[in-house]
Amino acid sequence: MAITKDTIKYVAGLARIGMTGKELEHFTGQLDRILEYVHELKDLNVSGLEPTSHVMEMKNVYRADRVRPSLPVSEVLKNAPDKANNLFKVKKIIEKI
Amino acid sequence: MMELNSLTAHELLVLLKKGDILPIDICNSILKAVDKKEKKLHALATLDKDKVIERCAALKGKMDLQSLWGLPIFIKDNICVRGELTTCCSRILNGFRPPYDATVIDKLKRNGAVLMGKTNMDEFAFGSSTETSFYGTTRNPWDMERVPGGSSGGSAACVAADEAIFALGSDTGGSIRQPASLCGVVGLKPTYGRVSRYGLIAFASSLDQIGTLTKDVEDAAILLRAIAGYDEMDSTSVDTPVPDYPSLIKKDIKGIKIGVPKEYFIEGVDGEVKDAVREAIEEIKRLGAVCEEVSLPHTRYAVSVYYLLATSEASSNLARFDGVQYGYSSARAGSVIDMHKNTRKEGFGDEAKRRIILGTFALSSGYYEAYYLRALKVRTLIKKDFDDVFKRYDAIITPTSPTAAFKIGEKIKDPLTMYLSDIFTISANLTGIPGVSIPCGFTRNSLPIGLQILGKAFDEEAILRIAYSYEQATEWHSRRPEL
Repeated sequence: MAITKDTIKYVAGLARIGMTGKELEHFTGQLDRILEYVHELKDLNVSGLEPTSHVMEMKNVYRADRVRPSLPVSEVLKNAPDKANNLFKVKKIIEKI
Repeated sequence: MMELNSLTAHELLVLLKKGDILPIDICNSILKAVDKKEKKLHALATLDKDKVIERCAALKGKMDLQSLWGLPIFIKDNICVRGELTTCCSRILNGFRPPYDATVIDKLKRNGAVLMGKTNMDEFAFGSSTETSFYGTTRNPWDMERVPGGSSGGSAACVAADEAIFALGSDTGGSIRQPASLCGVVGLKPTYGRVSRYGLIAFASSLDQIGTLTKDVEDAAILLRAIAGYDEMDSTSVDTPVPDYPSLIKKDIKGIKIGVPKEYFIEGVDGEVKDAVREAIEEIKRLGAVCEEVSLPHTRYAVSVYYLLATSEASSNLARFDGVQYGYSSARAGSVIDMHKNTRKEGFGDEAKRRIILGTFALSSGYYEAYYLRALKVRTLIKKDFDDVFKRYDAIITPTSPTAAFKIGEKIKDPLTMYLSDIFTISANLTGIPGVSIPCGFTRNSLPIGLQILGKAFDEEAILRIAYSYEQATEWHSRRPEL
């Protein structure tokens, strides 16, 4: 067993995904099998190798810093589940100051 | 005369140019086919018939100047179209209508194409069978009990079934090539950076690429020419000239050097698939190419590397779905954190949750070095395998998928088995190179088999040339399923 239910519960919390006990059980078993499979990467000697996070040789890409038209606020808010006063509305984040 | 919906784009362009038909004739023919077949096939996510007819009537411009003038096209549901439902076939994007067009959509419009509707896909492109779609499974037009492949299963199935002339898809680990193979159509994944990803809802940003699903290779060349090119809105797109693919692919392939990697003909690959691909290689030799066995020694590690990297990138990209700016938002009471947790619990399907958790795990403190970083280093080894072969060869030929289409329900309960079905397509994404899948035969059960041709970065021309030569010499691509 490479992974436990507690680890999955912790990781689901990091990823902000609520989970039932049954789901937790189910995912732990499946992810354990997947991690067991990817363990084969341990067979390879990777010392001295550079990681490839991006395949094309590319440095930072800059563009000219000029003002361009942006979307109107009304367009952007069209998809918002909840809005007020031309803003996205969210639940209270800070309880008391 | 054949029905217009069953023709290719280049055939229709000839008829349009002669003035024999009008764009509305093609649209009507497509809509008729959809009426007849879609109930069984379930390849589409959305289609608004009135809007399509309106768009046809409103077509402006000149066909001499616009390479796709009057041609209807379907779009995978993860590509943003202004004002049109774009949900990645996920509940969490329920009701989302993008306020802007993806660059490829803008290019299609400028080229005079008529946008039809959106195609079904695995939720967020997470899958190889289209079974994880919130809208339900698409069927394989060759056998209704089987999957069309995925994640661009809807795009592949609607083209194969003549519900479409051609379609756009996206390919992160084989999501264009594998369904093309399973449905018997042509699927092209261009080089990473060849086509702008602006407006493609991100799955794994270092692997994702938009590409084409078409009835033949010439159509792939026509569509690629229209959507390719540098875009300042995608900083990973590459500023290099776009060749005139439709004319260049017609050159012969005498003397072209092709590697056939022995690691792609291993145990677990279906015998009928091996035989069909070997026979195709013989045909390609007869056409003048030189084919030799080569080795890509790290092939077996590609699935492991991919499922660590793709899920890690996905876990980060999908963090934006938090119920605040767009899409589904849980109405249950509680704190803001509870709202996030409930939104994501209720909004994401099983496979999305599985991948987000696996990716978050691989990136989390204490596991990052052993999983994510190690996978990035093995990616370097896989890339080196390909670099070495491409020093001596112009292209590589392999089967696209180890088997023909599998049964609905056969792999969905076992994620690892599903992941392994991508084994031959994944490396092209890890290394950024272009790949195309073309039909090369059928199994005894009349299921299509696909041949994959991989090329050097930005050399789509070579793989399309080989594909075109082979297609001209064979008739597999002209077979159509009866529905």
